[in-house]
Amino acid sequence: MSKYLLNKFLFTVDRDAELVERYREDPRATVTWWEEEYANRILNCVTGESSTWLRFDEAEREALATHDYVTLFEMGAHPFLTLTLFIGLFERDHPPMGFQTEYARRLAHMSLPYPDIAT
Amino acid sequence: MAELVAVIASTHHPFYYRASTSTGDDRPPFADEWVRKVEAFRETLTKARPDVLVMVGSDHFHQLWLDNMPQFLVGKAPVYDANFHNEEREFGLPRMVLQGQEDLSAHLLRGGLDAGFDLAFSNELRIDHSITCPIITLRPQNDLPIVPVYTNIFAPPLPRPERFVQLGRAIRALVESWPADRRVAVIGTGHLSLELGGPRQFGPTGPDPEFDRKAVRWIGSGDIEGCLSEVTLDSLHLPGNATHGFMDFMLMMGVAGEGLQADYVDTYDLFHTMEAYFTWYPKGGRP
Repeated sequence: MSKYLLNKFLFTVDRDAELVERYREDPRATVTWWEEEYANRILNCVTGESSTWLRFDEAEREALATHDYVTLFEMGAHPFLTLTLFIGLFERDHPPMGFQTEYARRLAHMSLPYPDIAT
Repeated sequence: MAELVAVIASTHHPFYYRASTSTGDDRPPFADEWVRKVEAFRETLTKARPDVLVMVGSDHFHQLWLDNMPQFLVGKAPVYDANFHNEEREFGLPRMVLQGQEDLSAHLLRGGLDAGFDLAFSNELRIDHSITCPIITLRPQNDLPIVPVYTNIFAPPLPRPERFVQLGRAIRALVESWPADRRVAVIGTGHLSLELGGPRQFGPTGPDPEFDRKAVRWIGSGDIEGCLSEVTLDSLHLPGNATHGFMDFMLMMGVAGEGLQADYVDTYDLFHTMEAYFTWYPKGGRP
């Protein structure tokens, strides 16, 4: 399992307005494309100097492909990255603060200690 | 030598800009009182008549990333662009440009390294709301050069709370040894109890009001020893999953000094976090 790669997906999608829309509209295809084309990019290196070893496991791929932020939390994805991206994706469909409070409610079964977020 | 004329510790709330500039039906009911408190807090900096601001904050996964994560970083650039796409999108923050005080950056880096802090540096740093929020609240005219100091309160493994206090003490000593006839304020922002992306987020108060009361007491009375006796990297998970941002307050307690009561303390309970504002005037009293 790679919390780092989950975080890298959340981070790189969130900072790209066009990718945010692609991920909102077609999450599974976006995750597939991202894993093939983006997962191994070292962000401060040119593309010819990419990594060779980064891939999701099946559960991670599925959590991302289904916009499943509860499972991402349970996996130890960074909560700030997940929250920020998902607000960008879905806040627009809710009344003010409605998405954020639903998000909290859907995580209500989680108790301390929360999953470790260290990468 | 430079003079340290004010030490300011504050929460940084990215919703303040939108709340304070909204009108009519868009203006939240808590905005007027919030603006009143922020303007009173702003006056504590204005009165100190600073020439330069050292700004302590933390990048929220904007420019700094897990493939190369510094623990403490000092910006050394003549100019800092500021605020990022997702801060415009979520908080309505404006893009900003701040001037840098490069010679003070160099002094902090050289002196910090020599004092045992392996500081990272950046010659091209885009700063985020941890530093622009206090500019908006405390110096909205944005007319002073800054030195940004970033801490890692976000991506474990983190430095321990003691290290934040030690760095605060070192920053104070370095500011006071800067050979320039300038008036310097050190401003740092963090959080009290805070949960983001977890089940306790966006509740009617901060996730742990009892922690907040204790924290305000520690900071306001300069009780570094008491604070360090209770606060650890592990304990900070309990009040809320983003409460490690409290360590930036601990850094500021290190700047202010052990046992020194803040000259100004104010708080404001908002729906998901408590705002807290502290000002110290070094050398015994008001400017």
